[in-house]
Amino acid sequence: MIPVSWYLILSAVLFVLGVAGFLIKRNVITVFMSIELMLNAVNLSFVAFGYMLGDYNAHIFVFFVMVVAAAEAAVGLAIIMLMYHNRKSLNVDDIELLKF
Amino acid sequence: METTTPQLWILPALPLLGAAINGFFGKRQSRAFIGGVACSTVGLAFLYAVYLFFTAGVGDTPRIDYIAPWISAGSFHADFSLYLDPLSMLMTLVVTGVGFLIHVYATEYMAHEDGFYRFFCYLNLFMFFMLTLVLAGNYLLLFVGWEGVGLCSYLLIGFYYLKQSAIIAGKKAFVVNRIGDFGFTLAMLLIIGTAGSLDYGTVFKAFQNAPVENGVGAVTIICLLLMMGACGKSAQVPLYVWLPDAMEGPTPVSALIHAATMVTAGVYMVARSSHLFVKSPVAMEVVAVIGCITCIFAATIGLVQTDIKRVLAYSTVSQLGYMFLGCGVGAFSAGVFHLMTHAFFKALLFLGAGSVITAMHHEQEMGAMGGLRKKIPTTFMTMLLACLAISGIPPFAGFFSKDEILWSAWHNGHPWLWLGGSITAGMTAFYMFRLLFLTFFGEPRSDHAQHAHESPSTMTVPLICLAVLSVIGGWIGVPKALGGSAHFEHFLEPSLARVPVEFSAYARASGSDPIDIPRPNPEPAEPEEPGAERLFSLIAVVIGASGIGLAYYAYVVKPETGQKLSAQFHGAYRVLLNKYYVDELYEVLFLKSTTAVSREVLWHAVDETVIDGAANGVGSTARAMGGFARLMQSGFIRSYAAWVLFGAVGALFYMILQWAK
Repeated sequence: MIPVSWYLILSAVLFVLGVAGFLIKRNVITVFMSIELMLNAVNLSFVAFGYMLGDYNAHIFVFFVMVVAAAEAAVGLAIIMLMYHNRKSLNVDDIELLKF
Repeated sequence: METTTPQLWILPALPLLGAAINGFFGKRQSRAFIGGVACSTVGLAFLYAVYLFFTAGVGDTPRIDYIAPWISAGSFHADFSLYLDPLSMLMTLVVTGVGFLIHVYATEYMAHEDGFYRFFCYLNLFMFFMLTLVLAGNYLLLFVGWEGVGLCSYLLIGFYYLKQSAIIAGKKAFVVNRIGDFGFTLAMLLIIGTAGSLDYGTVFKAFQNAPVENGVGAVTIICLLLMMGACGKSAQVPLYVWLPDAMEGPTPVSALIHAATMVTAGVYMVARSSHLFVKSPVAMEVVAVIGCITCIFAATIGLVQTDIKRVLAYSTVSQLGYMFLGCGVGAFSAGVFHLMTHAFFKALLFLGAGSVITAMHHEQEMGAMGGLRKKIPTTFMTMLLACLAISGIPPFAGFFSKDEILWSAWHNGHPWLWLGGSITAGMTAFYMFRLLFLTFFGEPRSDHAQHAHESPSTMTVPLICLAVLSVIGGWIGVPKALGGSAHFEHFLEPSLARVPVEFSAYARASGSDPIDIPRPNPEPAEPEEPGAERLFSLIAVVIGASGIGLAYYAYVVKPETGQKLSAQFHGAYRVLLNKYYVDELYEVLFLKSTTAVSREVLWHAVDETVIDGAANGVGSTARAMGGFARLMQSGFIRSYAAWVLFGAVGALFYMILQWAK
């Protein structure tokens, strides 16, 4: 039986990797993937806690998150397509018009 | 006495109807239609006034036509009610009668001006407000008319609204009048405080029973504030400065508003409030002295003016001074009498001047006139009669009224005021005949004068009517001493208060308690002194005649005398020509100082520093804080993410700390 803490540690590692990727990488697709990674890290901790507590609501939450993530992926990829179309660039630092 | 109430509302309603027709529909109508509407409404009002005069039984008790409630607040009530007594009857007749003649005259005088319908709309509106003023049943309604005529005066002075000087003159008239109105408003508040009402009946009754006031008390202050209002409206020192400038308006306006009717509203108001004034010797004295100062002051300025309308304007100011002098010495009926005769001859003088100006192609300088006697004989004859009337030559109208004022001044114990009035009478005769001689005698001094033509009959007929009135208008008030029966005085008696018998004695020996006995109609204690009165009439005539003689000598026999005199007394001449520099003085005292304070203190200091500072301070503070905070909004997504991370870490730490406790 693998203890819950291992799942949580894995979840934390994945989350930190996601955060780090988000902060460090400039390619918008990588940034996007980092977000997905963070979401799934959270999903993992949800499922782990749900298993530990015997509460299946956690699974339902995870499904919700996956559905939303799928929708977000569709929209996000469309935005990225348009961004590339207009700017010929995938660098997030190039999209900085909305500022002071 | 009949019991039906006369339908007084018809009187002001007629000109209002005319103003409405001309104002709303006049633009597309023919000039004949506009003139017809304007003249017929005023003419009908005059006919109705005459009808009322003969049928309404204007007698001891005033007839009150209650129209509608207006203000009702607690115990205070003011209603739309009209009040007909001998005084308002007389004023109504004068206003509508003279007004009608001037309307007829104006249809011709203004025939070629733009804004014909606008002119008659204003003129009719003026008649409406003037009739409201004289017929009002309480001080508040009087004030409505009072402000209304001021408005119309403003509109008509500035009738030529493209002319800068006319606009300025209109504004000046309005502003100076407001100063007086301020006093009037305060007086009304004090009357409410004292008598609890503004209805004439209630107020007069309250004051009739009050004792004569020793020194300065509530009644005196009310009267002085009323006088302040009258000073503004009737162009008395120190608020007379607007009237000469008001000559920028069309000449019929000068005749109607700034000579015959509106400017006499102040006299009317003082006479109307005679029950208040007789209770305050101080206020009476002030009225008389202001009147006397004004009449001398304006007459001296009138001596040297060269613009024909300006001479008449100063003459008007001076004659208004006479009326106040009359009221101030207790001869209210004499003041009102002079008001009436003055309305006739001064309207005539202005209309005659208008006729001269028309003949001279809008030249107003007397220096360019001369020799017009043969060219425009009707105008000359009528103006000659008017000049004789204003100079106080019997049997013309002005003689009787002016003589009565001067006699009252002497008889009621004011020899100095009598002297001032008499000197003014001489000066009046001099400057009026100076005007007449410069305009009509000698050689023509310009091409226009050479080719002048008489005005058409629509202008000359009103002149003739007014000339007839100027001749016979005084006969209704011939005093007993001169073989008359003083009809006028008896007619007005129910409206006007008598000076209490104890008044003059009391005024001389102040300190003794006034005798506090209400006297409904005390008989004059004076013994009849026909001899003395005749002597004083003779003196007045001699003074007037010598003024005329002097003018004849200086401007006809030796026309160069005038220039010699002005050269000899150069300093005095300049002072008079520049109207004692009063306008300049006011400019420095009030305008410059007020604008300086407004600019430096109120604008630059208070407004710019304090108010703008506060408003801008709020804005710039928010802006500075925002300027600092906005730096977080860099546009870089990754920096936002870093902020979120910071926040999350911070929140996490906080939670851990809480948990650790």
